[in-house]
Amino acid sequence: MNIETVVFYLLSGMILTFGVMTVTTRHIFRAAIYLLFALIGIAGIYLMMEMNFMAALQVVIYVGGIVVLIIFSIFLTHQVGEKVSLPKPRQVIQSALVAFAGLALVLAVLIPMGFEKSGAECDSSVKNIGMQLLDYKNFGYVLPFEVISVFLLAALIGSIVIAIKSNNSEENN
Amino acid sequence: MEQVPLVHILILSSILFFLGVYGFFARRNMLMMLMSTELILNSVNINFIAFNKYLFPHQLEGMFFSMFIITVAAGEVSLAIAIIINLYRRFKTVDVEDTTTMKY
Repeated sequence: MNIETVVFYLLSGMILTFGVMTVTTRHIFRAAIYLLFALIGIAGIYLMMEMNFMAALQVVIYVGGIVVLIIFSIFLTHQVGEKVSLPKPRQVIQSALVAFAGLALVLAVLIPMGFEKSGAECDSSVKNIGMQLLDYKNFGYVLPFEVISVFLLAALIGSIVIAIKSNNSEENN
Repeated sequence: MEQVPLVHILILSSILFFLGVYGFFARRNMLMMLMSTELILNSVNINFIAFNKYLFPHQLEGMFFSMFIITVAAGEVSLAIAIIINLYRRFKTVDVEDTTTMKY
């Protein structure tokens, strides 16, 4: 058991602990902070798998972008320190039952499955990522890349249009 | 990382996935449901990266899929938060049980 294995299990424990706290806490602001730590743990897992670029993306987009956006919207829609209502016990039991059944099914399929580990080296340098991502031959991903850029523009315009404050709704309130 | 079996990473990601599913079903606050969705998307990303690293290392296809998932998640979150803020303006709440105007 070397140091990397220990770090992996520590990281998994951290991710799962903060994940459980995210979905069970009563303070919504704390839930966002717990989510942030879980996402940082996932970035650590990427780093251990030598996917440095993915870890950087995870930290920049998720931790720096999405969680900050969620925290801002919590401040816009909740009083500071306000506790959100916990679900009814019947609802908790039903959801836990569904989740456990799904987890048991997935693990029952997953654990007996033997995976053939490939011994080849994985070249995940930024140069190789760029070459493969923007290739238009050899199964390159340039078309999804362009589609996703149009999608981001559409999401940007769409969220501005949805969140814009019109004068008519002002009168109705 | 070579000594960690692939199955352990997959078990981690499936537990994380069903934590997200539990949160999505149990919590009635829209922002909590959004955070549970983020947990689900992240567990899928771990799966893609692990498969890419362990089973198909000669190409980076799992990585590209995770990058696209992250991008779609960013767009999804911005749209969802725009909708939530608009909803809060009209109903003064973000609880899904209280917004029943379009029910039935």
